[in-house]
Amino acid sequence: MAVQEQLPREILIGGEQNYGSVNQIIDKVILNNGLHRKWFYITLLLGVMGTGLMLVSIGWLLYMGIGIWGNQIPVGWAWDIVNFVWWIGIGHAGTLISAILLLLRQQWRNSINRFAEAMTIFAVMCAGMYPLLHTGRPWVDYWLFPYPNILGLWPQYRSPLFWDVCAVSTYFTVSLLFWYMGLVPDMASLRDRATNKFAKYGYAIACLGWRGSAKHWHRYEQANLLLAGFATPLVLSVHSTVSFDFAMSVVPGWNPTIFPPYFVAGAVYGGFAMVLNFAIPIRKAYKLEDLITMKHIDWMCKIMLATSLIVFYGYAMEVFFGWYSGSKGEIDLTVYRMVGEYKLEYWMLIFCNCVAPQTMWFPKLRQNLWVVWIVAAIAGLGMWLERFVIIPMCLQINPLPAIDRPYHPTIWDIALFTGTIGFFTMLMMLFVRALPTINIFEVKDLLYKTIRSEGKSEIIKPATAVGVE
Amino acid sequence: MFLLGVATIPWITWLGIAALSRSSFNTKVDVPKSQPIPFSHRHHAWELGIDCRYCHWGVEKSAWANIPSTEVCMSCHSQIWTNSPLLEPVRQSYETGTPIQWTQVNRVPDFVYFNHSIHIARGINCDVCHGPVQKMQITWKGNSFQMQWCLNCHRAPQRYLYRDPAYPNLSPRQQVFNLYRKLQDGEPLSEREHEILGGDYDGTNNPEKIANGKMLVSRYGIKVEQLADCSICHR
Repeated sequence: MAVQEQLPREILIGGEQNYGSVNQIIDKVILNNGLHRKWFYITLLLGVMGTGLMLVSIGWLLYMGIGIWGNQIPVGWAWDIVNFVWWIGIGHAGTLISAILLLLRQQWRNSINRFAEAMTIFAVMCAGMYPLLHTGRPWVDYWLFPYPNILGLWPQYRSPLFWDVCAVSTYFTVSLLFWYMGLVPDMASLRDRATNKFAKYGYAIACLGWRGSAKHWHRYEQANLLLAGFATPLVLSVHSTVSFDFAMSVVPGWNPTIFPPYFVAGAVYGGFAMVLNFAIPIRKAYKLEDLITMKHIDWMCKIMLATSLIVFYGYAMEVFFGWYSGSKGEIDLTVYRMVGEYKLEYWMLIFCNCVAPQTMWFPKLRQNLWVVWIVAAIAGLGMWLERFVIIPMCLQINPLPAIDRPYHPTIWDIALFTGTIGFFTMLMMLFVRALPTINIFEVKDLLYKTIRSEGKSEIIKPATAVGVE
Repeated sequence: MFLLGVATIPWITWLGIAALSRSSFNTKVDVPKSQPIPFSHRHHAWELGIDCRYCHWGVEKSAWANIPSTEVCMSCHSQIWTNSPLLEPVRQSYETGTPIQWTQVNRVPDFVYFNHSIHIARGINCDVCHGPVQKMQITWKGNSFQMQWCLNCHRAPQRYLYRDPAYPNLSPRQQVFNLYRKLQDGEPLSEREHEILGGDYDGTNNPEKIANGKMLVSRYGIKVEQLADCSICHR
């Protein structure tokens, strides 16, 4: 890759900043308790309540079995798998930002990567829950993993469901390591600045004895690059593997060859939408406008637009494949989608993922945070509908005459989904409260680079030093 | 160092659980179980030489070998040891018509449809699975009955099937019980037969014997490619 021209500072970092002020802006969210207003506690409370709902739903599910869900034959995969794919997709923005944009030396990633990586981890936690519960006997879920067991059995390596287990667990592990490693220097900086004794000790333990020496930084950079290398293929492979769960089967509507790239694009689309949905309010509430600038939001909107066009192409191709296959099952399914039982969901999907994001062509609308937030929320809904259109809808239409009733979710399907959204919100709120939402040292590094490129020389101290005021 | 120690904890736990689930603490292999009456297989099957089928009469023709009823015990014990205090529960059971509550030693879960008769019909000796029963004062479990153990044979039956060259005219079913008669009569036993009667038989690795086993597999019409299918045991 070519060495990039240094982007001007005003684009990436607003206001007159120095190392101290960068530290101030980010640390105060954690160290200054007074900064958290009523809305923070209300959102946190909603998240905690949602988590409670999730726990109740899981408890009842374990007691009663998955019969409490709407799943039936032929729709054996329903909301549980829809939600799984949706949540996995949400996480993709984080990996894309932290891995691919790092390797491409995109400097604008620096202020949103931490945030997006945290979302990745929490989203994968929510996602992983679904297939584990879907097995019906979660207490023996360790059978999913290949280990020498007393049953003398290995998982079926030819099954995409097993590939899925590998893909998702690798994804979670790498994302967690990536996120935590990036946090280490920042937690050291918080350790130095915290006045509360418990916070100080907590960060001191969590930062693994980081002192900011040249050796530490050298190792950090090496490890970061290595992990980025690991994570980069994951951006593409995880959702491709998820798409194989469908594409490897013989169900009409599940085997267009476009599935893997179209799933990945959809994941990035939904992921960036979720980043925007959380970033915009938090940026506003904690006055982070100088670090997450309008330019950042602008770029994220453009990625959303680009990926929405790819998924639009995917939907068009699905219709084309349906017709071009010449098979009755495929054609019936394509028609059923548009005019059948769930036509409302299908046309809403087209609106959410194809029509609504077209607003992002206009620079004016990309600068309007309300419009951006609403379009992002619509995109999140759209991506959920996409999975609904793919999973239960394809299973519903079936040549057997005995299929007499359409699939409908039950109250427990809805409760568990609402619950996981609450769980995710709770984790995000706790993350905002306890850990730096923006990567402190990378922003300082960026500040150093931009100032140097302007030819000024007042900041020549090494940008990455810890605790520089 | 501390972190290294912490990092090894999950692995040690994992290995510990793995070792524990395979040990006789969990499987109860080689652990004699107390019974309401101290019945001795060693005395009945070896010292007296009673055929297995006298009590376990279902073993050749049904899925279950059968735990003998009180009446089977009384077929002898109404004539001998009629006053033995050890046999009081048997007489009690006979008079009141209440079955003796034996402690189960060998158990497969309900979702396993194990069938004794087919195993006998293919010449698998009792001791291959049940251990050296003719040596047991108080009965213990000879093998773990974990699925991995079942699959040892179901994945490679040629390692277990054999014909006794001294008695080529016996059917495999007859060969099973002829082994115990040979033991009683002090006839010479092959190495494999010694292993079976010693309770530590784990198939053969001798290529010649395996080739022989393969021949038997095809003669008996055993479909090896299906033998380890889930539905063979879990219907």
